[in-house]
Amino acid sequence: MACNCIEPQGPPDDLLMKYQYISDFFIALAYFSIPLELIYFVKKSAVFPYRWVLVQFGAFIVLCGATHLINLWTFTPHTRTVASVMTTAKVLTALVSCVTALMLVHIIPDLLSVKTRELFLKNKAAELDREMGLIRTQEETGRHVRMLTHEIRSTLDRHTILRTTLVELGRTLSLEECALWMPTRTGLELQLSYTLRQQNPVVYTVPIHHPVINQVFSTNHAINISPNCPVARLRPAGKYLPGEVVAVRVPLLHLSNFHINDWPELSTKRYALMVLMLPSDSARQWHIHELELVEAVADQVAVALSHAAILEESMRARNLLMEQNVALDLARREAETAIHARNDFLAVMNHEMRTPMHAIIALSSLLQETELTPEQRLMVETILKSSNLLATLINDVLDLSRLEDGSLQLDLGTFNLYAVFKEVLKLIKPIASVKKLHVSLSLAPDLPEYAIGDEKRLMQTILNVVGNAVKFSKEGSIAITAFVAKPETLRDSRAPEFLPVPSDNHFYLRVQVKDSGCGVSPQDIPNLFTKFAQNQSTATRNSGGSGLGLAICKRFVSLMEGHIWIESEGLGKGCTAIFIVKLGIPERMNEYKLPCMLKMPINHGHTAFPGLKVLVMDENGVSRTVTKELLMHLGCDVTTVGSSDECLRSVSHKHKVVFMDICVPGTDSHRITDRIHEKFAKCNERPLIVALTGNTDKLTKENCMRIGMDGLILKPVSLDKMRSVLSDLLEHRVLFEGI
Amino acid sequence: MEVVQIQRNLVDYTKSLFMEGFLDGQFLQLQQLQDESNPDFVAEVVSLFFDDSQKLLNELTIALDQPIVDFKKVDAHVHQLKGSSSSIGAQKVKNACIAFRNFCEVQNIEGCLTCLQQVKLEYYLAKNKFETLFRLEQQIVASGGSIPMIEMGF
Repeated sequence: MACNCIEPQGPPDDLLMKYQYISDFFIALAYFSIPLELIYFVKKSAVFPYRWVLVQFGAFIVLCGATHLINLWTFTPHTRTVASVMTTAKVLTALVSCVTALMLVHIIPDLLSVKTRELFLKNKAAELDREMGLIRTQEETGRHVRMLTHEIRSTLDRHTILRTTLVELGRTLSLEECALWMPTRTGLELQLSYTLRQQNPVVYTVPIHHPVINQVFSTNHAINISPNCPVARLRPAGKYLPGEVVAVRVPLLHLSNFHINDWPELSTKRYALMVLMLPSDSARQWHIHELELVEAVADQVAVALSHAAILEESMRARNLLMEQNVALDLARREAETAIHARNDFLAVMNHEMRTPMHAIIALSSLLQETELTPEQRLMVETILKSSNLLATLINDVLDLSRLEDGSLQLDLGTFNLYAVFKEVLKLIKPIASVKKLHVSLSLAPDLPEYAIGDEKRLMQTILNVVGNAVKFSKEGSIAITAFVAKPETLRDSRAPEFLPVPSDNHFYLRVQVKDSGCGVSPQDIPNLFTKFAQNQSTATRNSGGSGLGLAICKRFVSLMEGHIWIESEGLGKGCTAIFIVKLGIPERMNEYKLPCMLKMPINHGHTAFPGLKVLVMDENGVSRTVTKELLMHLGCDVTTVGSSDECLRSVSHKHKVVFMDICVPGTDSHRITDRIHEKFAKCNERPLIVALTGNTDKLTKENCMRIGMDGLILKPVSLDKMRSVLSDLLEHRVLFEGI
Repeated sequence: MEVVQIQRNLVDYTKSLFMEGFLDGQFLQLQQLQDESNPDFVAEVVSLFFDDSQKLLNELTIALDQPIVDFKKVDAHVHQLKGSSSSIGAQKVKNACIAFRNFCEVQNIEGCLTCLQQVKLEYYLAKNKFETLFRLEQQIVASGGSIPMIEMGF
């Protein structure tokens, strides 16, 4: 082999040659294995983009290897073929390596830029990560705010709201301490009201006009404050630096604030202060999102507190109303009970009082029929009359309650007016003479002798007034005058609402009773007519009386469309009682009925209604027999039936009256009445239907009127009552006995 | 004379019945209705009352003995009794009936039983009194006298 080296060729060194031989061999080995490895790994990874570079490189390496391998044969003298193979290999190798070198110039920058992109992407990923972290934090913050709001708003109790706020804030932001300062009543100080960690509440106040506090109150943002600020000195000083402190204002809204469109100035608004402290041993700082969270929470708390306040108010008002309602209900029930009790009492007393009254009346009547001297007879008659009056009074005590609901009606009838006055005089004369009082009566000449009105009650009124005159006079005289009131004198300035209207068949009777007794002082006059009100002056205290008299009189007088009043010039100057009542003028002078109080001639066996055909229906055998006998005694032709069906069967047009005993509120009586009306609808000779009942209430009377009955008679019926009732009935064809 | 004595006894006795409240004005009315055409009217009515009442009291006892008391029926009976007693003027019986009816209205069984006892008591007392009265009257008639009429103006 021609060698162009400058050095002279030395003798071939065997050791060196040997080493060269081995090295070449290993190089070749390496060179051949590298592409194999490359191929293997490239096959494994699918991503490698420069495959043909690899092929090139592979070729380059293989050729290098081949060169080195072939070099092995050149150490020993070799043939020309080997030399040419060697040369070919080298030439190829040179070619490929040059091409590869040229290629690499293009490829390596590419590869490098891949790297750069990778780095860039990594950075971007890191940045996105950061941003994600931020968003997540924000979203968490938002969630926290919502959760806090929910917690705060889920309760309407003030303390729970505030406590929950602090607890939740502490948890969310991992605070060391969280405190709420509320303004005191005076508004000049802030008082530590709630803390998160400190369990023992130490009353701790801070004046409100501190620059830091003012600063916090002036804005609705959460502001960092110094831990040395008096409101922030909440924890004992520790080893570490205290954490950052933030304070935010919490507006305390009042109800009235909601009505104002523009917020009032700062000075009138009350704020509470919320102080939040980060843990002292952490290097945390307040982040913007945390501050925003705190501000949002503070606003929510304000709203929640005002809701709680409103609710408290309305709950209080509702409780108050409920209590009042209960109290009113109780009062109403008590009042009702009292009224019931009173009515029951009145009813019972009335009944209890009637019983002995009956005995007195009965026995006095019995006494009257025995042999008596004239004085005795007079006495007995007076007893009888007084007890009748008393019976009337008992009725009226019961009536008073009925007077009050206006269900009392006057018993109108024609009566002798003069006789009434004479009667009063007769009754009062004995007492007056005992007291040595002189009683005089003067009746005007134009006063009609007969009048239409309620005789009993008129008599009662006059008697009461005269009785009072006698009662309250120790000496002197009593003058009773009665005359027809002229229209001019009727108008009394004292009673502007009393407007009498004179008419043709009515006249106004004016009665004046003047006494010379102790008189009445002007301020007591209005109370005289008040029920049960007594004049407590020493002169009258032991004169007895229930105080009811004048009240009843006033009511009767009002019923008679009149007016009553008392004039007195003062204590010790006597007084005059005056009343005016409206009475009717009877048309026919000769038609009058003698009042029941005067002695009536007894007509035994007087057949008032000869042959009058009547039908009596009564389920009760005993009362049926009695009623039948009663009517037979009056000369009627009585048919009796014991049931409604029999009644309907037996009734005929010959019967003039049908007496029906109605006991239990009657669909039965309704039915019978209807049937009778039907049966006799055609002919005009329908028998009169009269109910007999022991029920004295208005409802029964109204029912009877409503279902078409012609009359109602109250049991028990006496012979005389039946006589007068029948004659009235047959004359007027209707009779509803006044109850 | 004996008749006069018995007559006076009768009057006294009648007066005492009024005073004690056994009778009321209605009884006098009944007596007024009695005359020559109907001489035994009062006795008839009173014995009718006794029969009726006896039946009613028996019915009432049975009705109140039931496990479930029919207050309507009881009330109806008491009403009848009240009507009868007031028709003849047996005042105490009538009053007892009124109280009985009140208890019926509120459906108070104990009250009703008590009232029934009361009514029975009053009824027997009244029956006794009436029987005495009639015995006196019969004595007068037997001795040839006439029963003194109690007249009055009511």
